Amino acid sequence: MTKISDIFGKELTVVNVGLTSMAESVADQDVKTVHLDWVPPKEGIRRLRVTKSGVNIDEANQQVVDRIKKALPVLVGMGIARDVIPGMHDRMILHAGPPIEWERMCGPTRGAVMGALIYEGLAKDSAEAEKLAASGGIEYAPCHHHHTVGPMAGIVSPSMPVFIFENKTFGNYAYCTQNEGLGKVLRYGGMGDEVYARLKWMETDLYPTLDRALQSLPDGIDIKSLIAQAMHMGDESHNRNRAGTSLFLRAIAPAMARTCDDRERLAKVIEFIDKNDHFFLNLSMPAGKAALEPAEGIEGSSIVTVMARNGTDFGIRLSGMPDRWFTAPAGEVEGLYFPGFTVKDANPDIGDSTVTETAGYGGFAMAAAPAITQFVGGSPQMAIDSTLEMYEITFDEHPGFTIPVLNFRGTPLGIDVRLVMETGILPKINTGIAHKEPGVGMVGAGILRAPEKCFRDAYDAIAELC
Amino acid sequence: MTVKTIIKISEYHDSVSLMLVARELSGLAGVQDAAVVMATEANKSILAEAGLLTDAAKAATANDLVIAVKANREQDAEEALGMVESLFAKKAAEDETADFRPKSIRGAVSSYPSANVAVISVAGRYATDEAWEALTRGLHVLLFSDNVSLEDEIALKRYARDHGLLLMGPGAGTAILNNVALGFANVIPAGNVGIVSAAGTGLQEVSTLVAKNGLGITQGIGTGGRDLKKEVGGIMMLEGLKALQEDTATEVIALVSKPPAPEVVDLILEQVKKSKKPTIVCFMGGDMSKVAEVETAIPARTLQEGGLFAAQAAGAQVGDIKQRIADETEQLKKQASELRKSLKPGQKYLRGLFSGGTLCYEAQVIWREMMDMPVYSNAPLPGEPSLEDSTKSQEHTTVDLGEEEFTVGRPHPMIDNDLRIRRLLQEASDPEVAVIILDVVIGYGAHPDPAAELEAAIVDGRKIAENDGRTIHFVASVTGTEQDPQGLKHTIATLERAGVIVCESNAAAARLTAMIVAR
Repeated sequence: MTKISDIFGKELTVVNVGLTSMAESVADQDVKTVHLDWVPPKEGIRRLRVTKSGVNIDEANQQVVDRIKKALPVLVGMGIARDVIPGMHDRMILHAGPPIEWERMCGPTRGAVMGALIYEGLAKDSAEAEKLAASGGIEYAPCHHHHTVGPMAGIVSPSMPVFIFENKTFGNYAYCTQNEGLGKVLRYGGMGDEVYARLKWMETDLYPTLDRALQSLPDGIDIKSLIAQAMHMGDESHNRNRAGTSLFLRAIAPAMARTCDDRERLAKVIEFIDKNDHFFLNLSMPAGKAALEPAEGIEGSSIVTVMARNGTDFGIRLSGMPDRWFTAPAGEVEGLYFPGFTVKDANPDIGDSTVTETAGYGGFAMAAAPAITQFVGGSPQMAIDSTLEMYEITFDEHPGFTIPVLNFRGTPLGIDVRLVMETGILPKINTGIAHKEPGVGMVGAGILRAPEKCFRDAYDAIAELC
Repeated sequence: MTVKTIIKISEYHDSVSLMLVARELSGLAGVQDAAVVMATEANKSILAEAGLLTDAAKAATANDLVIAVKANREQDAEEALGMVESLFAKKAAEDETADFRPKSIRGAVSSYPSANVAVISVAGRYATDEAWEALTRGLHVLLFSDNVSLEDEIALKRYARDHGLLLMGPGAGTAILNNVALGFANVIPAGNVGIVSAAGTGLQEVSTLVAKNGLGITQGIGTGGRDLKKEVGGIMMLEGLKALQEDTATEVIALVSKPPAPEVVDLILEQVKKSKKPTIVCFMGGDMSKVAEVETAIPARTLQEGGLFAAQAAGAQVGDIKQRIADETEQLKKQASELRKSLKPGQKYLRGLFSGGTLCYEAQVIWREMMDMPVYSNAPLPGEPSLEDSTKSQEHTTVDLGEEEFTVGRPHPMIDNDLRIRRLLQEASDPEVAVIILDVVIGYGAHPDPAAELEAAIVDGRKIAENDGRTIHFVASVTGTEQDPQGLKHTIATLERAGVIVCESNAAAARLTAMIVAR
């Protein structure tokens, strides 16, 4: 047991909460002083500690983050969506973010749905696709309801090949499609023959090559380890996946060489992966999903286990209330645009890729990715500050993902809605930007904060329990 | 309309840097669109769709950088392209560093695991939550904030006690931990006296008196003014006392407070008995009979006695304290009779203008013993009369300008003398006033040069009286040390330059004042 006299003779480090002059006085005496950038909590925000049913929220949250930390997501194989994703059927299309009906879907999601229907052969052109999409003959469901995640529009249609992840610690599975690359691609709402041709090639050439290679690897590929390594090579595994893609290629190339007898196809596959810096995104995302699902359903927990956008709504779900979506209108991205495009062309925030931030990497590990720090306003120092700020709203740190520049400190892990509301700091997200009209594709990339409303609503729901 | 490009062979920049430069180019006058991209096949098709793909760009390879500008006139395009180099250079220069400051105690502790003390001075309604946050993360707390409920204080202190932590406050302005001044506190050398005080300026006065006698302190623990109430039960004074009893560096202990609740006195004296260390018990103006019964306890009625007894017990060559104070009083008496000569018959009252509540209290304890007339105050001793209106003096009056009624919406008088100066001029205009007594508290937290602020006001006050054919006396003491940022000598010299009689201690100043107005 500690005693008051333990502090006697020890070097002081003083945290100052309030008057600046108090901090200055202490600092003048050559004492290490941390002067908080303190602001009063918003009206109606109190400290929530124990629920009426007697659950200590901190303890519940500790269980949640411990489960995420223990997760071991491994890429164990591939399959066709209709065959492997639970609940998937021939007339189902999965999309990113919280649930949404066709009428409210944003442009890029509509474009991607129509594109997927054409790719599936269910419609021959966009007019027919639109009619079918609106007919009620297609069942739409969030990826997150089917252990799946999808970047941007996140469209998964029955014939699409998907990666299969197993969380070796808990035995649960997660799924994600293969990444198409940048530019005019389906997930950004891109439509057109080149989009369908690429998707077809991914189904007929890329998928079998990867699949056969994976079948020859009995232990699969440990993606958690690749994310951790990539973080030491300048990736945060959301908006920068260059190192992760290279590491993945290095891990799978020998197996592909052994299992693919068509040299030209193998070369094309390697080229495709090599030329697509974001190939690894569709591996880092399901790794996060596989890690997060076992952390759902811990009673009383205020930790966010799902954070996703569908281009119309931004939604979160808490571990303590795993079936309830808290939503708010998706935000505008402050971004940098490709030639010929401006903010007027941009669709609101979209995609399941915020699963990375939810699982303790992505934008929250910005300090590890100096090459793309200009998203957060310019300098590597600001990227460090951005990560430091996220520690304010996360319950814990992930010992499996460390940031060299922060002296190998673990990444911010476990967004706690209580901390978000107490500090007023909203999660910082970096993201690609889709054109708001169907059929165009990616137009830029940028950064934004998650909308306050869904965190406020989630906070209020926890507060009701207390 | 014209499209111009520059190709930079084998020049690599990350894509975000390029987009930033492109954005700047697009914003230039006359420019319709601009692209700064590596000439990959994918980028070339984007350039083509945007109408920016010139023949030169078509011929470039994936390792080359293309800068393309579409502008209204050729001249605009040329000018924009001429800016490119400087835009790349500017981008590098803008790499300014920001310093991240944590927003919560939680964030501070996770970024600075060595954090061990929190100083909290936010508004009372937020202070309790912050104090809990600090305690539950294992930090000792100086809770400067007021307006924390008694229930919260008790709960916080119980938790602190059970977890071996200090919860100093609420309303604790002063602490010295490991000779680091926290809040309003002085630079006191390291020594062997440990102090626990329920009164901020009480701690300052006693610790500076120890220092003025050539000694130093180990710790100065503040408890907040309500700690010794029956409801709180002296939790922090007891815990502080225990800690100092255990501390090998502390050889002498001083406890400072207004008179505690009787049951709390018993608890404290029980604890005092458990140690052989000489323990000065300064319950100002309280009944000292019980204290005298404890073998190791040394009763002190004033802060002056507290400071001197502590210094003596700690080894200072201060002689017989009672005799010393008697000699000093004899000196002051002579001084007073000199000063009385310049007073007019109608000048019969003293006026105390205090910034430190405990110093105001100590003065009243002394006056009660010495004077046969009551002293009105906004913070009177028990049984003494309250001022009808705190802003207007009547007969003998002393005002604690640090009381909440004066500090709402304005800085404490130790930080800003504005209110005290206005009151001083008001008193100087009163023909019945003979003497004004002031406390001047220096050290960390206090005004950077309070004497200078007061000097000008005192000169003005004196003039007001002189214009009216009177002489008014000013008596003061300085609570501080030479090592304080303001400097003790400088402060005294400044006051003396304004004709102020500066005494060794607040108690001495109070005695001199009483003798000046004695009938």
